[in-house]
Amino acid sequence: MASEKKYEFSPEVEKRFQWLLTRYPTKDAVLLPILHLVQDENKWLTPDSIEYVAKRMDLSPARVREVASFYTMFRLNQKGQYVLQVCHNISCYLRGSDGVIEHIKKRLNIKENEITPDGKFSLERVECLASCGTAPVLQVNGWDYHEELTIEKVDRIIDDLLKDKNAYPDYEKRISEGSVA
Amino acid sequence: MSQKIQPLHPIEKRVLIAGYGEDKSWTIQHYEKNYKGYEAAKKAVSMPADDIIKTVKESGLRGLGGAGFPTGMKWSFIPKNPTKPVYLVCNADEGEPGTFKDRQIMEHCPHRLIEGMIAAAVAIGSKTGYIYVRGELRLAIKRLEDAINEAYAKNYLGQNIFGSGKAFDLTVHPGAGAYICGEETGLIESLEGDRGQPRLKPPFPAISGAFGGPTIVNNVATLAHVPGILLNGAEWFIKMGNGTNRGAGTTVWGVSGDVQKPGFFEVPVGTKLSTMLNEICGGPLPGRKFKACFPGGSSSPLLKAEEFDVPMDFDSLAAKGTMMGSCAIIVVDDSRSIPEICMRTARFYAHESCGQCVPCREGTKWTYKMLRRVCSGQGTKSDLKNVQSACDNMAGKTICVLSDACAMPVTSMLKKFPEEFEKLLIPESEFTPELPKVSGQLGSVLDAIRARQQS
Repeated sequence: MASEKKYEFSPEVEKRFQWLLTRYPTKDAVLLPILHLVQDENKWLTPDSIEYVAKRMDLSPARVREVASFYTMFRLNQKGQYVLQVCHNISCYLRGSDGVIEHIKKRLNIKENEITPDGKFSLERVECLASCGTAPVLQVNGWDYHEELTIEKVDRIIDDLLKDKNAYPDYEKRISEGSVA
Repeated sequence: MSQKIQPLHPIEKRVLIAGYGEDKSWTIQHYEKNYKGYEAAKKAVSMPADDIIKTVKESGLRGLGGAGFPTGMKWSFIPKNPTKPVYLVCNADEGEPGTFKDRQIMEHCPHRLIEGMIAAAVAIGSKTGYIYVRGELRLAIKRLEDAINEAYAKNYLGQNIFGSGKAFDLTVHPGAGAYICGEETGLIESLEGDRGQPRLKPPFPAISGAFGGPTIVNNVATLAHVPGILLNGAEWFIKMGNGTNRGAGTTVWGVSGDVQKPGFFEVPVGTKLSTMLNEICGGPLPGRKFKACFPGGSSSPLLKAEEFDVPMDFDSLAAKGTMMGSCAIIVVDDSRSIPEICMRTARFYAHESCGQCVPCREGTKWTYKMLRRVCSGQGTKSDLKNVQSACDNMAGKTICVLSDACAMPVTSMLKKFPEEFEKLLIPESEFTPELPKVSGQLGSVLDAIRARQQS
């Protein structure tokens, strides 16, 4: 749509971008960190944000998309507001991740890789998240870990997210409570 | 990390993760006050580089990221008078299934890693370092960035570290969820802002690595051991392990799967696997028995329960045909099906193959698909033969070792538990191939074949 505002770095991202440029001997090396910042701000890597990053990085948009598409953390499509990713690798499987996935599918009435009609949730299977000792694990939006899952705990997490509560919980607090990190 | 703080087992040690569970263990004040923080780095800046390398060589410290290469020797490969800047990169892209040891060090003791990096940088003459952390570990990234800022404020990092006139800059670089970036040349490609596809070797990174300069890539746990070695000497490190310089010191093992107490445990190298599983981790779950385990992450060949009486060091595990890998034990008990585990292992490598070498790109996917067919009760004898053949034809035939990492565990499971696979097979005569669903003319041909199959 013509009326839609084109993506631009916010002042904070701009500041971080300028700092990042001083940390590497080549400009290309800033690409991964800056894509993370853009995605955090924009929820996903929209075509116009990729073009903007390419322009700022002196790269072609195709090159930026080539790199972004290699890495599973970068989203090139719109997903739910909360992306629920459950690890299905060996350690999590042994501790019951299949049951967690089935439960979420039933609870949200979606299949894997689908978005709920209200755009709130999407569900994905992912590979090992380095939480094997506290399996099974669910991560929300790519980095918010919820470990040692039980069906009740999954329900609690979804309930909280439905109320937009606990969406970005305070890590420090949760660690000091010894619950989850 | 949610592991409860429990009393330590007498075998357990706290060297790499000393301070774990203590209040604010990740701050510089805590580290300096309680763990002689940065004393080793202060010592290192006034030591000749060769002496640091010599001490690390004598200590027998070996890479804890998977390959087990002697660290001191790796450092000595850096050219003496390099024409380009030397880089030190810490590999914190912990992605091997079952591994979660580096995360504990970065989240709870980030300063130990930074101090190790300062000492290593002095040894190899590097002025610039990067910590490549996997992108999902936001807490580790935050803790490391905070710790680096604290170290800059005290002039432990920067243009004049400890007033010695030497410079060392350190930056955290987030990865973005690619297992292959744990391979050192894949990591370097990714650090340079490219797709993380491994490079052909030679040249090895120590000659030409990141940004074209000589580069050393070390694992988190390896670097975090360096301060202790410099402060207490090589003898101390050797004595702590199995008494030889072939497997010295301690390692943090991540134990997951079917045990009473999964978690991470720091023990001397050479502790027996059976001691670890039965005494420290509390044995199998009630009513079950151990069947097998991966001793070094999902890419290490399986050990059967009767082989558990083995010291966990590089050489003893290698003698058993497996490896210490990234110090990650995944335990499987008698309630589990090995073909299912095998299929999930192959699926991981099929998903993570970077796609540049054909044997790996195709081989891992074929392996996964054939194993999936076997697990769904539709596989035949020739599927197993073809899985073996795919494994034989990808291992050792690609740029990096990802294809070996898939072939080794799959082959070991086929060899050690053949009866479990054969139980699932159907005779060739009963096999009906799955026909893909497509539209257009080809689709109608396939529909006709499908109809004939069913009649």
